[in-house]
Amino acid sequence: MSVGHALLGLLESGPRHGYDLKRSYDERFGHGRALHYGQVYATLARLLKNGLVAVESEPGAGPDRKRYAITSAGVTDVAAWLTTPEKPEPYLQSALYTKVVLALLTGRDATDLLDTQRAEHLRLMRELTRRKTDGDLADQLICDHALFHLEADLRWLELTAARLDQLAARVRPGSDPLPPARP
Amino acid sequence: MNPRNEALLAADDLHLSFGPTRALNSASLRVHAGEVLALMGPSGSGKSTLLHCLAGILTPDSGRVTFAGRDLSAMSDADRSALRRTEFGFVFQFGQLVPELTCLENVALPLRLAGAGRREAQRDAAEWLDRLQVADVAGKRPGQVSGGQGQRVAVARALVTRPRVVFADEPTGALDSLNGEQVMHLLTAAARDTGAAVVLVTHEARVAAYSDREAVVRDGQVREQEYAR
Repeated sequence: MSVGHALLGLLESGPRHGYDLKRSYDERFGHGRALHYGQVYATLARLLKNGLVAVESEPGAGPDRKRYAITSAGVTDVAAWLTTPEKPEPYLQSALYTKVVLALLTGRDATDLLDTQRAEHLRLMRELTRRKTDGDLADQLICDHALFHLEADLRWLELTAARLDQLAARVRPGSDPLPPARP
Repeated sequence: MNPRNEALLAADDLHLSFGPTRALNSASLRVHAGEVLALMGPSGSGKSTLLHCLAGILTPDSGRVTFAGRDLSAMSDADRSALRRTEFGFVFQFGQLVPELTCLENVALPLRLAGAGRREAQRDAAEWLDRLQVADVAGKRPGQVSGGQGQRVAVARALVTRPRVVFADEPTGALDSLNGEQVMHLLTAAARDTGAAVVLVTHEARVAAYSDREAVVRDGQVREQEYAR
């Protein structure tokens, strides 16, 4: 998540003080993780340096006396960010994969490991589902995003559970080792 | 809900084979009053077979199913049918509504079968359609409504008799994500309001996330999650 681009996007509706900008960001995108003032002002300083925002100073002292306005270069930058796709992250050789292989290598119960992980994933999914049910549309969209990702993990867990015998035969000492997963 | 209470519905050491195929292999499960329990597991693991045994639709080769202390296998067919009509409700993936009846008549049907008068049954049915947000399809036949509307009508029909257990076998399996979510939300909210337990068979984690806990069926056996709450 690019905080700088989000702040720039918020500035498109009109100039604001740093404090208002932070509050607006926290309301829309914070979800329990509010921005620190230091981060807001450091980001604004960087945007200013790069010519993406301009400052309208007001009489008085302190950073809150400055109003920040987006420049035309800033608008172009937001537009470019919005139209650039995010890099899909494949999570190859994740912690879960490593745990499963190590459980099989060390003779531990990999099914137990997968069941425990499934229960933990579902516990979080229940929490998100409750939050979604009680929340507004923004909560629903954010929770759905997290839920779809957790669901993908769970599908992987199910598939791995179904392939454990196959995997065990490959990782057992003396058998052909699995090729290393490529990053 | 107190998980330490005696189970409302219990399966003990169920075995059931279809010819050479062993569907249940010492399956045991507890369902507590008022809880939403998800039965998960891969296709062919035995989860639907277990649901059908719990509901008294299938009789296991051995083992016991008890509902409120009554042994289902010791009951006559007529008593088991009466139990299914009065104490249990059912929601399947599709095809459960009578195509010749209107949606209102479909929801009223279980009440009529239980002996309610026509007017009273239709009044209750209309209230349930309203609660499931499909009052506008009351006069339509199932073939004239969307999949999502049809499943809401099916949920209304399952709950109209105020059963103590609702069995839902892949209730959102034929729906898109948004309709599936709405049906699950309405089903679990209505069940919680009426105090009905729900036994939900699903292979979808997002559907199972509406439950209170899950039990995983694999190779005809059950791994039951204990209550974390």
